[in-house]
This record gives sequence, structure tokens and C-alpha cells, in this order.
Amino acid sequence: MSSATIISLPDQSTARIPKTNYLTKENGLLSWLLTQDHKRIGLLYLMSISVFFFIGGCLAGLIRLELLTPQSDLLATDTYNKVFTMHGVIMIFFFLVPSVPATLGNFFLPMMLGARDLALPKMNLASWYLYMAGGILALYAMITGGVDTGWTFTTPLSTHYVNTNVITTGLAIFIAGFSSIFTGLNFIVTIHKMRCPGMTWFRMPLFVWSNYAASVLMVLGTPVLATALILVVLERTVGIGVFDPTKGGDPLLFQHLFWFYSHPAVYIMILPGMGVISEVISTFSRKRVFGYTAVAFSSVAIAVFGFFVWAHHMFIMGISSYAVLVFSLLTMLVAVPSAIKIYNWAMTLYKGSITFETPMLYAFGFMGLFTIGGMTGVFLGTSGTDIHLTETYFIVAHFHFVMVGGMLMAFLSGLHFWWPKMTGRMYPEKISQMAAVVTFIGFNLTFFPQFILGTLGMPRRYASYPPEFQVLNVFSTAGASILGVGYLLPVLYLTWSLKYGKIAGDNPWQATGLEWQTQSPPLTENFSELPIMDHEAYDYDWLERQKAKEVASVG
Amino acid sequence: MSHISPVIWQFLVKWLTNFALFPPEASKIAPQMDALYFFILLVSLVGLTSVILLVTTFSILYRKQRHPVAVQIEGSTLLEATWTIIPLGLFLVMFVWGALIYFRVFTPPPNAMNVYVVGKQWMWKVEHPGGQHEINSLHVPLGRAVQLTLISQDVFHSLSIPAFRVKREAIPGRYTTVWFEATRVGTYHLFCSQYCGTDHSHMIGDVVVMTPEDYRKWLAGSTSGASLAQNGERLFAALSCSACHNTRPDARGPSLANVYGSKLRLANGQSITVDDSYLRQAILEPSQHVTQGYVPIMPTYQGQISEEGVISLVEYIKHLNSDYRVQQTTTTTELPPASGGKVTGGKTGAVKSPAAQGMVNQ
Amino acid sequence: MSDSPAIAHGTLEAVHPEHSPHLHHQFESIKQQADAGNLAMWLFLLTEVMFFGGLFTVYMVYRNWYYPAFVAASHQLDWKLGAINSVLLITSSLTMALGVWSAQMRRQGALILCLVLTFVLGLVFLGIKGGEYKEKFEKHHFPGANYSLQSFVNPSSDPVAMAAGDKPLPLDTARKTEVYFDLYFAMTGMHALHMIIGMGILIFMIFRAKAGAYTTGHTAYVEYFGLYWHFVDIIWIFLFPLLYLINRH
Repeated sequence: MSSATIISLPDQSTARIPKTNYLTKENGLLSWLLTQDHKRIGLLYLMSISVFFFIGGCLAGLIRLELLTPQSDLLATDTYNKVFTMHGVIMIFFFLVPSVPATLGNFFLPMMLGARDLALPKMNLASWYLYMAGGILALYAMITGGVDTGWTFTTPLSTHYVNTNVITTGLAIFIAGFSSIFTGLNFIVTIHKMRCPGMTWFRMPLFVWSNYAASVLMVLGTPVLATALILVVLERTVGIGVFDPTKGGDPLLFQHLFWFYSHPAVYIMILPGMGVISEVISTFSRKRVFGYTAVAFSSVAIAVFGFFVWAHHMFIMGISSYAVLVFSLLTMLVAVPSAIKIYNWAMTLYKGSITFETPMLYAFGFMGLFTIGGMTGVFLGTSGTDIHLTETYFIVAHFHFVMVGGMLMAFLSGLHFWWPKMTGRMYPEKISQMAAVVTFIGFNLTFFPQFILGTLGMPRRYASYPPEFQVLNVFSTAGASILGVGYLLPVLYLTWSLKYGKIAGDNPWQATGLEWQTQSPPLTENFSELPIMDHEAYDYDWLERQKAKEVASVG
Repeated sequence: MSHISPVIWQFLVKWLTNFALFPPEASKIAPQMDALYFFILLVSLVGLTSVILLVTTFSILYRKQRHPVAVQIEGSTLLEATWTIIPLGLFLVMFVWGALIYFRVFTPPPNAMNVYVVGKQWMWKVEHPGGQHEINSLHVPLGRAVQLTLISQDVFHSLSIPAFRVKREAIPGRYTTVWFEATRVGTYHLFCSQYCGTDHSHMIGDVVVMTPEDYRKWLAGSTSGASLAQNGERLFAALSCSACHNTRPDARGPSLANVYGSKLRLANGQSITVDDSYLRQAILEPSQHVTQGYVPIMPTYQGQISEEGVISLVEYIKHLNSDYRVQQTTTTTELPPASGGKVTGGKTGAVKSPAAQGMVNQ
Repeated sequence: MSDSPAIAHGTLEAVHPEHSPHLHHQFESIKQQADAGNLAMWLFLLTEVMFFGGLFTVYMVYRNWYYPAFVAASHQLDWKLGAINSVLLITSSLTMALGVWSAQMRRQGALILCLVLTFVLGLVFLGIKGGEYKEKFEKHHFPGANYSLQSFVNPSSDPVAMAAGDKPLPLDTARKTEVYFDLYFAMTGMHALHMIIGMGILIFMIFRAKAGAYTTGHTAYVEYFGLYWHFVDIIWIFLFPLLYLINRH
């Protein structure tokens, strides 16, 4: 019989969470704080990034409340400047960059490869501690006065013209950068050296490919951010002024160093999310991803090209026009692999068998919103239109579309998709579908008006604005309140599901990855016997044969 | 250029502007940039529609109830090629078109009149060569190319005039330029769009586009009495520049008459064209900008002179020029006569004779 | 649970096959573990290359712009001390490599000696560096409010500048020497920080070596540290000519 869902749960009256699993193996706070189990570390990260997301979200709420009125009447301008700076710093470095890699990647990369853990479990734990240290330092900076340079730390404003906690925040990001480097390093080594027998590169799930590409970016790009931040900190502390124009330094040099990391950073943020989308679209259309090889190579292409486009953030900064030509051209090139992926995912639906569970709804939301976000990136990569649109709300809308409409939706998609595997329990489907729709509506209402505001010329980082921009700002704030509800709901029902959710069983989605072929929640050692990969990725025929072999009941 | 019918175009822009969805087009480049904007918008809409259509159609046609068994398809090289080449082709069109516009915005025509803008936390100081000074406002005439020479006194600022579709960073330490030609009388927003500290959102003002007649009146009524070049001449003497830079045969420094716009051979063998930036550098970092045949004995004026002072000196040196073409760029206060004839040498407030020795009495 | 066609490794509960006590459980074999560790170390060194690469890029840009100032400023450094430091560091790389060899040959005494020598050489390097820094402080060549241009605008007041045959620099060029020293302190400071961290690890390793941890045939950690130490050495090999030997005759 053909129902509208592929969810396949065990008989709830007899099903039980397996007694031995990674959650029950050991108890006590220390068993969590000193764990080397990649799954527990993934959960530690999940809890911490949720806290930081909440803080960053509150800061966003403050911004939108201030922007309800044209005057800067809710917050003093200095306070507003600190609020948007901290919003950016927290959301980028303490939420988006670690979100999928450090939670879902940590949890599932080894399982997808058929390994018992990552290559360097102690380094994995160290990575989390570094993240927490950086995060706590950033919060400390926020509480003891904040920082108001913008998350971009533009010199000479950040080096000589503000009296706020630039050094503390810079160091906090520096420390968190090591967390990112260690995660990426761990992933690369694991993928190269710990694939189970039979797992060739082209049999790996696309989630692994995406995380691999993101890890390369993390490893190669983050150290340059470290250089830029160290030089700013040195300039503020001991007076080593390499960016000081009065001493012959070039403040633009900071921007080159900063964006050399921060552009690949946006691909660090989005690539793992794209990996999630590959998994989800495949599972909920019961089909191998269309053009597997193209999607895999596109991830690598995005990573490679992503290193060569940084100055498109600097088109009007006084760089040479010939540099503008080069970077604009390369930006056009980096846009193409993303388009390839979108069309491959769309074609995966062709002749599939599609169901619309929550992860799939988020995935569809991703496809629409990321397409808009990506295309608006082309507006900005085109040097002519960038002149008018840069430094306005068009940019703000663009990056929120790709980061929130894209990445955050992908994160929620993955969180829902793998929730039953991580916890052994299903989340409530109806309310989660509703939350996905609410989030989608709220998101569009919040950020679409900002494209118009940007085209009209409203600059970004403005606490007050000319009155004719008010209507659009009010729409945006209204949307933000809806969006807030949409994000609050998962926190509530996912927590509820930990105790009251239906028992999920091994493979409620009937997915093909190796992680779905073990119990939910998994054993600490992931597999009682290490698997041998004797089939291609997304092999639903193999899955059918497995099911046929399964013993469903005894006697 | 816009290839759609001008009537439709005007209607579209007017409708959008009245509904506050689109800024007014008040400069020559604005419709050109808007044409590109709408092209990209069209391509984006087509792309988005294609994705949405594919996803919704397939979701309906192949939903589980209707299509219970999935058909495994590996891929299609033809399709991959299609959706690689078509987007790439479209993006390359945008790249070329955008590059053309970019170069147009940042390559001023030779007869552009010059206005200097100094950005500082948190105001724009606008200096007209005729000696008019404005704060947070910029008066320009209709139908004339205007080049803005920008610099910052402290941090990065960015001058943004949405109605003209121009924007340029004001950088501490060197000049940047942008130009426009206003095509509609009116008052438009002027913003600082690079975050620059506490009062970044208050660093806003007005661009006032006036008819040539009104502009002349405004110029006459707003002058501070001394043009920038006259101020520069005063500084030139006060800072003892004329001690070395004079036309005496034993002068220790090169004569500055006619140096602006000329090709200069430097002591290190390089050959450069003397423009505003070079003059500023030569005043502030003279030992790295030595004319061939001279020794690096010029003292640096870094720290002794403000950006406005440098601008005054630059203006003064520009006016030490009898080259007709260069005159055109420097006679900023003289507008073409109503009949559209040529500019015939400036009169209002601009010093034309070669280096004036000695002090100018205030 | 699904049924894999073959078993790659015995189940952990049933059979615990013989393996080296050094094998971590996420790995299947010592070879896999060694391969993974090696790749991890080289990747980490790659991140260090990117970090110092950023600094070297800044250096190359400013050296290109302010060459005369860089020449004069570089002459203020004592190249002989720099050369001695280079020899010290290269020798310490030698002792480190010998240490790795000793570990592989399971010669504990030799290993400890080599590690101690490496440490001592590093210590002498840092001592000389500290002395150089002190001298720079005293001559007011540390960037900041106390920076002095005397040696550059008036070389006759400075024996070091006289010895190098420097001509007086115009004031605006002389000011650019501060950029050189910005980079000198930033780059050698970062290098010294890496050395200090390395030496901290060395002390730990000397104690572990005494306890016999590295002479059981499991030499991975010594090898990895050796790689790190060689890397620190290589950075110095680049720093020395770029900072000390600009236009020396």
C-alpha cells in the first residue's frame, strides 16, 4: 500500500531503545567532558552552538526592533554598533562555521565511512574545548563592554579609532579558529586513511565529499585569518602598526588578509549544508543523487575557486581596475558549480518516489532560497552593479539568504533527518512540518524587503535611516518575529521528543548510508563488526535486498 | 544602452520609483546600470522559475502515491553540460557588461569638473575649487560631468549617492575618484556606506542638482572669498615651497609650472603622469618621488598640513598651467555658455599665471 | 541489524586479537595509525605555512614599497648573531634527526642525549634572540611611541649605521623603517613563540623518553615532533636572509 510517507517505525508497543548505546555506555559529567567518542563530542557541540545561536538571535531581535523606527531611539548608536558586531561575530564564528561539520559531521563522518571514530579523537575533544574557550572569551568581551568594529574588523577603525574590546574578541576568534582547523584536519585524515574496505572515493556519500571540501578550506584558510587578527591585536597592544597609514602602512592590506580567509569561510559554511541536502533529497526521493560525480567534483571546484575570489568584497575600495576584472571573472566561475548542484538535486526528483517529511521540506526551502541567494551573489560579482549595491542592505539580504535561507535550513534539515539516529526517537512530524513552513514564510518576509532596501540605497550598519525606508523595515521586523517562532518550535519539540518521541528503530527513513545500518542510538564503537562496502552510494536496490534478508519477527 | 522602448522603460522606472521600490535615475550612468540590473534580475527570475518549476512539477508527478517505485538514473552528461554552459555563458555576459559599466564609472571624461571631498568621522567636507565649502551636502550643476576626488582623514568611509548609482571608498592615505553627470534637477540622498564608528548613520546629506543658472547663482553666493587655488598659493608661500620651487635658474627644486598633467621622469628611472595623487604623494613623501636631476632634499610635510591644505596646494599647482586641455579640467567654476560653446579660459578666482613668488596679501 | 557479507575485524566483545599496545582502537592496524598520524602532522605544518605565509606576504609587499628604508633598518641588525643563530638552529635540527634515528634504533641513552642537545641549542638561540631584542629596545627601535629615527636620519650618531656605510635618509623615508621593525618583531616573535612551544614539548618528551616511551618501536611521536622542529628551523632559514641580509656587501 502506498502511503504518503516513507517513515517505517518498529511496532511501538514492543520497541525499545537499545540498552547499550553510546549514551548509556558511561554516565556522569566527566564521561561527557572527557569523552573521546565523536558522537558525544558532536552532541556537546550541538548544545553549545544552540546556546550561541540563541544569543546571536537575541542580538538580531534587538537590531530589528531598533530598525522599526527611522530614529535611533531604542538603543544608543554605540550600543547598536556593538549589537550588530556581536551578532555577526557570534553567528559566523560560533554558530555557522561549526554548525554542520562539528555536529553532524563529527557524528556521522566516521559512521558513513565505516570507521569506529575519527582519526584523532583527542584532537576532536580539544577542538570542542578550544571552541568553548573562544566562545566564552567572546561572551566575556560582549558583557564587559562589547566590540563595535563590525565583524570585519576594518582597519584603521579597529586598530586606532575604537576603545572597545577588540583585542579580546580578536583573540576569541583566533582561538575558535584553531577549533575549526583541528576539525578540518581530523576530517581530512579520516577520509584519506580510514575508509572501510571497499569504500572507494566515489562510493562515499556526498555528505562526506562536501565536508572534505569544507575541511580543505578550513585547514588552508583559517591560518590567514589568524595572521590578520594577530597583526591587529599586536597593533592595538604593542604598537606594531603595519596597517597604520600615518606610518606608511596600508589599511587595505588588512582587508586582503581578512577576506582571503573570510571568503572561503562562506564556503566552509555552505558546503557541509549542501552535503546534507544531497543526503536528504536522495533519501526522500528514493533515488541515487543525479550526477553523483558532477556533484562531488562541484564541491571540490567550489573549494578551489573559492580561494581566488576574495577581492570581490573590495571592488570599490580603490584596488586596481584590472584586479577588479580578474576577481569578477573568477567570481562568475565559482557561481557555476553551485548552479550545477541545484540542477542535479532537482533532477534527482525526476522519476523518484517523493515524500514530504520535514527534512525534505527544509531541503526544498533550501533549494529555493539558496537559488535566490546565489543569484543575488551574481548581482554583486558583476562589478558594474556591485558599485550601486555594495555596502547596502542588498548585501545583508544576499548573505542572509545564503546563510540562513541556505545553510540554516540545511542544518535543520540534517538535524531532523539524523535526529532519530542520534537519539533513537522520532520528532513529532506534523508540528515540525508546520515549523518548517513558518520558518520559510518568516524568513522571506524578513529578508526579501531588504533586497529592495538595498537597491533603494539604504546603507548597512545604520542605526537610523531616512523615513522613506520605514515601511520595508517594518515588514522585515514583522518577518523576524515570525522567524523567531519558527526557530523556537524545534527547540521545544525536539527536547520533548527526547522523552516522548516514538522509538525510531534503526532506519526509519529506509536510507542507504552505513550509519543507517546500525542501531539507533549507535554503539559507542559504531559497528559491532566493521562493514565492507560492496555497493555504490545511494544504492536503493541493495537496500531492498537487505530488507528482504532481515528477520522481522521470530517464531 | 537600453534596448527596450523608451516609453516602457520610463513607465517601468517611474512606476517603481513611485512605489519606492527603486531609486530615481538622476545620472547618465543610472539607466545604463539599471539595464544591466534588470538583465541580471531577468536571468535570476528565469533561473529561479526553472528551479521552482522543476521541483514542484516533479514533486507532483513523482510523489509517492502517484509514483511508488523510483527509477534509478545515474546522470546525463548532456544535461550537465547544458546547465554548466548556459549559466556560465550568461554569467560571462554579465561579467563583460558589468566590467564595461565599472570602467565607465571610474574613468572620468577629460572635461569633468573637479570637486574634492574629505571624509572624516562623522561628516563629509565638500570643497569646490571656487572656494565654496559644504558640509554634508554637494551642489552640482545639471548636465555637466563632475569628478569627485575623495580622501579620508581618519578611517574608511564610503560616499554613496544611490540616485546616481555611484559609490566610492574614501581611504585614509590616498585619493580615490569617481565621476557622474547629473541628469535631473532635484535633491537626492548622500550616504556614508562604510561603517566608520559611532555616528556612521548620521554621516548623511544631500546632493542638490541645479540648473546651470541656479548653480552659477549658488556659486556666487556661497563662495568663501578665496578659491582653493588662492588658498593654495597662500600656503605655498607660507610653507616656503617657493624657496625651492621657483623658476630661477639655480632653483633647488623643479619648477611646478605646467607640471600637472605632464609626463615626468623620476630619479629612479620611472616615468609617470603627474596627477592629483602624485602631487599629494610628492608633498607628503617627497624622498620617494624625486624628479630626475634633483636630489631628495625636500622635507616631508606629513603632520604639518591637513588634507584640505594638501587639496589647496594641489589645486594651486594645477592652475600653474597654460596647457589648454589641462585648463579645461581646472576651470571648474566656469560653465559652458548656454549656447553650448567651448570653455574659454577661466576667470573666477583661478590663478592662471606661472608660479607667483612671494606672499599673497590676505 | 544488517548483515555484512564478511567480517573485517573480529567483534570487540567476542575476540580481542593480539595487537600492539600502541594501537588506538579507531584504527585497524599500526600501519593505518602511522599513516594517519603522518598525514595529520603534515597537514598541521601546512596550516603553519599558511600562517607564516600571510606574514611573509605582508613583508614582501612593504619591502617592495619601502626598499631603501628596509635596507637601512636591516643594517641595524647584527648579521653575525643571526648567522650564529642559524647555525645553532640547523645543528638542533641535526640533533633532532639523530634523536629520531636513536628512537628507531631503540637507543634510549642516545635519544635522551639528542633531545637534551636540541633543547639546549634552542635555549641558546632564544637567549641570543633575547639579547638582540634587548639591544633593539635600548636603541629605541621597537615600534611605538618611543621609536627613534636618529640612526637613520643621522647615521654618524650610530656606529652600527656607520659600519654599514649608511647614508642619512630623508625624514619620510626614515619613518618607514618602523614598518620594517613592525615586521621584524612580528615575524621573529611568532617564530620564537613556536620555538618556545616546541621546547615545552621537548621537555615533556625528555621525561617520557627517560621512561622509555619512545624506544619500544613506537617512534611516532618523536618523528612528528621532529617534523615540527624541522619546520620551525626552515622558517628561520627564510627569516634570516630576508631580515638580516638585505643589500649587505
